[in-house]
Amino acid sequence: MHTPLSSIILVLFGSFIGSFGAVFLKMGAEHMNGSLARLLTNYWLATGVLLYLLSSVFYMMGVSQGQLTVLYPMVSLGYIWAILWARIFFKEPFTRAKIGGLVMIICGVALINLGNS
Amino acid sequence: MFDSPVVDERAEARRSFLLVFSCTVIGALAQILVKQGTSQLGGPHITLSQALGHPNLVARFCLGVITNLKLFIGYGMYGINTFLMALALKGRELSRLYPIIALTYVWVTILSLFVLPGEHLNFFRTAGIAFIVGGVSVLGMKK
Repeated sequence: MHTPLSSIILVLFGSFIGSFGAVFLKMGAEHMNGSLARLLTNYWLATGVLLYLLSSVFYMMGVSQGQLTVLYPMVSLGYIWAILWARIFFKEPFTRAKIGGLVMIICGVALINLGNS
Repeated sequence: MFDSPVVDERAEARRSFLLVFSCTVIGALAQILVKQGTSQLGGPHITLSQALGHPNLVARFCLGVITNLKLFIGYGMYGINTFLMALALKGRELSRLYPIIALTYVWVTILSLFVLPGEHLNFFRTAGIAFIVGGVSVLGMKK
């Protein structure tokens, strides 16, 4: 069995959307103060959850065809976006460990795609 | 007498380690169920451009999703997992637990080979997973 490229693209797109979900959840967490009314009208959180739901729709469309041994590791590319958004939106600095880890993840994803062709 | 807070701290660290470790196993099982569930759905193969251009295709897919038992259980486990993870991480630094969280990639691969049809590994795929696990582990290191 071969994993179609279109499935890989769907999973990658899903994890890209999911990375924005994380940004909104963190924004939402910063607006929480423990009151239920505040929690229910926290549109940051609601948007974050919605983005996660949307990302899982694309993920599911992706994994419905092809091999999980190829598709699941593609999710790890989401760390790239997470670290990038953390830098842009939350001023979390790039560290040597983050850059080293990202390079390894990108190599890993490339190797898996190589192993799929 | 002065030792007790240190012991508590260590016991708590072990507790959250075990909790996060269990989460990786539960999370991997959930992934297998999600894969099995989506494979059951059938329907046409949808590409990203089709999905973005034809919302009705996506809607039909979603309708299949919400009536599928395996997906329901899979995502239910995923929800429990998120809750347990939040419990384990309370007052702790997420990044220090990345090496454990990265194990999910190993469990998903092993379970896929045993449970799912048509899965196989080769040198490149194995090396790729090793790189990803290493990379995720490294991300949270200081400096």
